[in-house]
Amino acid sequence: MLTKRIIPCLDIKNGRTVKGINFVDLRDAGDPVELAAIYAASGADELVFLDISATEERRKTLANLVLKVAEKINIPFTVGGGISSVEDVDILLQNGADKVSINSSAVKDPDLINRLAAKFGSQCITVAIDAKLIDGEWIVHLVGGKVPTELNLFEWAKEVEKRGAGEILFTSMNNDGTKNGFANEALARLSTELNIPIIASGGAGNMQHFCDVFIEGKADAALAASVFHFKEIEIKDLKEELKNKGIPVRI
Amino acid sequence: MKIVIIDYGAGNIQSIKFAIKRLGFEAVLSSNEAEIKAADKVIFPGVGEASSAMRMLRQSKLDLLIPTLKQPVLGICLGMQLMCDKSEEGDTNGLGIFEAPVIKFNNSVKVPQIGWNQISDLSSPLFKNIKELEYVYLVHSYYVAECEQTIATSEYGVKYSTALKKDNFYGVQFHPEKSSNAGEQILKNFLEL
Repeated sequence: MLTKRIIPCLDIKNGRTVKGINFVDLRDAGDPVELAAIYAASGADELVFLDISATEERRKTLANLVLKVAEKINIPFTVGGGISSVEDVDILLQNGADKVSINSSAVKDPDLINRLAAKFGSQCITVAIDAKLIDGEWIVHLVGGKVPTELNLFEWAKEVEKRGAGEILFTSMNNDGTKNGFANEALARLSTELNIPIIASGGAGNMQHFCDVFIEGKADAALAASVFHFKEIEIKDLKEELKNKGIPVRI
Repeated sequence: MKIVIIDYGAGNIQSIKFAIKRLGFEAVLSSNEAEIKAADKVIFPGVGEASSAMRMLRQSKLDLLIPTLKQPVLGICLGMQLMCDKSEEGDTNGLGIFEAPVIKFNNSVKVPQIGWNQISDLSSPLFKNIKELEYVYLVHSYYVAECEQTIATSEYGVKYSTALKKDNFYGVQFHPEKSSNAGEQILKNFLEL
């Protein structure tokens, strides 16, 4: 049986992890490779690396990091942040990334999704969508949720699927950082109306939130950062809890 | 031991190279007929779309070479699918090693299947020290139905082949290089065949 995935997300700047990470057993708290290896060993199903650098050498630094991660870890990982061309994706996949995630570049140039899916296959193209609930309507936002677009979440998600995305990573800006749970209603609607996997992001605070996102939110995977980085939730414990609730997980 | 990964411009090859390196071996990439023939083990990778991958194989005449190989050959993901008779993806003929067609999952399940699923009905030395219902990582939209050459099955809407074997040819739908310790054990088993 296909299991629900638990995905820690690592924010990367200039090849280093950024968010304060509270791992006592880490020799170098800023080393993404070491952190990735710890997550892989603790039962994470997949990892996401989100690059937030803004330097000239960004592409090269990220490509080098991907190579180092692929050398060390034996679970799949996705790379996102600033990817805007077929060439960007080519080098990341060649270096060992399993999937890439695109966000703003897909909104600005929707045909990019078609070009990437045609060249590399839908299975490695994740489209990330950040959206905010405004006056009862889910509006897609760019630049980490700062800039509103005119796109409706559900319409955009359907277009993304039609253009060849293999998966959607949906972050609710209303829930992100609140630790009050995921946007289960919107997630369930996405999962029902679309026929590609949906990764839920934004709002994880406790184990119950993960149970809810898989049952009520019908999500295929759940992504979180701080609850894992600060060891508020151990992935092993989380998976035991999910299993006890009858949710299929890899243990 | 000489391990060759067939290079035909398709797929995420780096991860397979690294996985083999973690097992203490070196693999070389090659599209050279003599070098491939002389290898002890051949790995046939593949990620992407079936008809364009077949086109690349034909261009380099590898489509003629691969079915004649005598040493253990392991097709991974699309590599396994290309070793079958034909594929619905791009409506292409395959290499005809496994006598089964490649079919698209129907819409009763989400397509592609992405994530960790279980393998069972394990019946090959390829799965030495692997327990029934072990988890492996899969990413695919097309599948091979159960057939005579099936050596592992999984369920996703239907029960289908997650591994195939015929003579010296092996195919796995999952990615051993991304399937944690179980995947590395399976790769190790292949290298020890």
